[in-house]
Amino acid sequence: MSKAIRTLLLSMIAPALVLVSGGVSASGASVDVHVDIDLGNQAALQRGARTFVNYCVSCHSAKYMRYSRMAADIGLNEELVEANMVFTGRKVTDHMLVAFDPEDAKRWLGQAPPDLTLVARSRGPDWIYAYLTSFHRDADRPWGVNNPIQPGTTMPAVLSGLQGEQEMDADGHLHSVSEGKLSEAEFNDLVKDLVSFLVYVGEPAKLVRGSLGVKVILFLMVFTLLAYLMKREYWKDVH
Amino acid sequence: MVARLKQIACGLIDWIDARFPMTKWWNEHLAQYYAPKNFNFWYFFGSLALLVLVNQILTGIFLTMNYKPSEADAFASVEYIMRDVSWGWLVRYMHSVGASLFFVVIYLHMFRGLIYGSYKNPRELLWLFGMVIYLLLMAEAFMGYLLPWGQMSFWGAQVIINLFGAIPFGIGDALTIWIRGDFAVGDPTLNRFFALHVAAIPLLLVALVFFHIIALHEVGSNNPDGIEIKKNKGPDGIPLDGIPFHPYYTVKDIFGTGMFLILFALIVFFAPEMTGKFLEPDNFVAADAMVTPEHIAPLWYFAPFYAILRAVPDKLMGVMAMGGAIGVMFLLPWLDRSKVRSIRYRGPLTKIAVTLFVISFLVLGALGTMPAGDVETLIARVCSVIYFGFFLLMPIYTSIENTLPEPDRVTMK
Amino acid sequence: MSGDEVDLGRRRMITGATAVTGGVGAACVAVPFVSYWEPSVAAQAAGAPVEVDISELRPGEKITVEWQRKPVWVIRRTEEELATLQGHDDSLRDPQSEESDQPGYVTNANRSLKPEYLVMIGICTHLGCSPTFDPERELESGWSGGFFCPCHGGKYDLAGRVLNGVPPPKNMAVPPHRYLSDTVILVGEDEGVA
Repeated sequence: MSKAIRTLLLSMIAPALVLVSGGVSASGASVDVHVDIDLGNQAALQRGARTFVNYCVSCHSAKYMRYSRMAADIGLNEELVEANMVFTGRKVTDHMLVAFDPEDAKRWLGQAPPDLTLVARSRGPDWIYAYLTSFHRDADRPWGVNNPIQPGTTMPAVLSGLQGEQEMDADGHLHSVSEGKLSEAEFNDLVKDLVSFLVYVGEPAKLVRGSLGVKVILFLMVFTLLAYLMKREYWKDVH
Repeated sequence: MVARLKQIACGLIDWIDARFPMTKWWNEHLAQYYAPKNFNFWYFFGSLALLVLVNQILTGIFLTMNYKPSEADAFASVEYIMRDVSWGWLVRYMHSVGASLFFVVIYLHMFRGLIYGSYKNPRELLWLFGMVIYLLLMAEAFMGYLLPWGQMSFWGAQVIINLFGAIPFGIGDALTIWIRGDFAVGDPTLNRFFALHVAAIPLLLVALVFFHIIALHEVGSNNPDGIEIKKNKGPDGIPLDGIPFHPYYTVKDIFGTGMFLILFALIVFFAPEMTGKFLEPDNFVAADAMVTPEHIAPLWYFAPFYAILRAVPDKLMGVMAMGGAIGVMFLLPWLDRSKVRSIRYRGPLTKIAVTLFVISFLVLGALGTMPAGDVETLIARVCSVIYFGFFLLMPIYTSIENTLPEPDRVTMK
Repeated sequence: MSGDEVDLGRRRMITGATAVTGGVGAACVAVPFVSYWEPSVAAQAAGAPVEVDISELRPGEKITVEWQRKPVWVIRRTEEELATLQGHDDSLRDPQSEESDQPGYVTNANRSLKPEYLVMIGICTHLGCSPTFDPERELESGWSGGFFCPCHGGKYDLAGRVLNGVPPPKNMAVPPHRYLSDTVILVGEDEGVA
């Protein structure tokens, strides 16, 4: 039995080392904040979906995400989604596209707002959270705002109505200079829910692969145990 | 009833055997192929490599049913598989995780060959077949990685193909254009890499794996003690230290398969990206010829060679060093002058050399995935020297050291 | 030699247990690969019900829409055409449409919810060609009008019912459909579905 345990442990070392080495799991500046995502919290995902549709989808598409899939996965009624979230003339099975042409967006905004379907997989939830909470006043910029997480960003501070406005002092710290509709705690929760939603959008399969994995591995453990007993039985012949 | 069924089965087998060497092959290569009885942990990786090959082919065929190999559609077709195709996400992850685990298994398999002298006479050709398989596997992985058409796919291909541009006398530039089929990596490149990745290289791989196993069976397997079991045969002509592969090693390999599948499932279901080492975050951004990512690096399994490439300040010399680092492995059977096969009976010099080699290989691998600052480059240079020293000094240290006497019969250590 | 004798019974039992477990595992792995071939969400979305606006459809005209990759005809029949549907049951293979593919709510001679409008899948039940709509054509002596399939000479009356003595075995199929309003038909969904 010791050899089998040794085998198992040895085979765990490599992945363990990789996980411990804590590779940055997304490109872009590494950020100080860490946000815990719980995809099992359907209410949070629903709130995030609402924020996304109300504030983001006017400029940013999520072109690989279907409304109907979102409805099914996070417990929203498909007809309500169709009535409230889908543009008229489009179907609930359509993807979340924006109303305007990307070429127009380039002219109006300087660059087309990027598609957000996979942003949680390329940037990571921590980066997105930091970005959305770090807009601050900057008189030199076209929209009057800048962001230390993505300096020179051409995105306006879309959520400033909720967060209020911030300024950056000489040390690089941000502090609030005007109030928004939400308190700081409420705003941070809103962003966290939005980020959770984006993590879901990046990989809808994530909702199911963990629980399925548990079943698969339990089965494999039973199988491997039987296989081990079979091996030991046959190898009684060998001296 | 059961007896009647057995009769029918035997009749069927006889009918086939009269027309096809089925039982003959079964006996020659399984039931009466005598393998040393002292195989240890390091001997799982050959059969595991075969398992992963089957996985890649099976999942690969299914991915090909939905993947679209054009610049316009490739990236979207992968997301289509991940979202719209029933169980598509699972097939995709099995393929991407399988690709990385293929290299884990192969490196461990090659390491076994290294420490037990499995490349030494009469197994030189076996080793050469294996090295060609390794080269083909690297090409297969490189081409496969272009297919999702993410930023890393595109720019990684751009950089590696540009390495060929280092070849002088005008050959380099013409060669890079010829490989790409265009002036930069584009649709023609993607399409031809798809054809090679899906059809050409898998066919070559299967053929070579077949030759590899035939070459093995022709001379018989080595073992951890490095002694030839055929030297001690019983009155019936069967090696005293040999046991039939079937059932003993088929049964043992089934157990090994179970353990491996647990590891495979852990990764596929809980960490398919492996913190960005198996699926890089930049590859979730569609390829953009106008925007270069901050940090272009090949996947981890190429990293040691990439680190060697970067350690050399000159472009052409760097390419030659990288090629040499792989090429020198082909020479192993002839660099090793030891009278003894297995590391168990070698002297202290070989043991130190192997240890340093392993450390330098792992360090180079880590460095190859990181941006190269001054400190990193220095360490990479030191490790590259150790890496090449392991091979190039081998004729010397393997002939001068004192070895231990090899046993007559295998030890069950 | 150790004292253990080979216990064949135990050996067979463990081998059997492992084999059975392995078989179950293999069957489970086969499930995703078989299911992979099911129509994807995109295919299902493309096969969703289709709305047809019949406000501009005049008597004697035909609209064709695509539903689940098949041509679906909406034909507004004239009074004369409707009259031809009576009285020739003898020349039809299945005048009561007992064998044909159609929803339960169109089992009348007109094979439609509203007499004038025929909603039908325009595919010949023989080998899948799409028949021509030929209301003037002489199909049999005595009465005229219907559908003619050029591939192998299949003939149908103006309710899509197949005549005797031609290759197609069944009447042309009627898809599930319902009226969203007087001017809009939804092809692909039954009555009673919300």
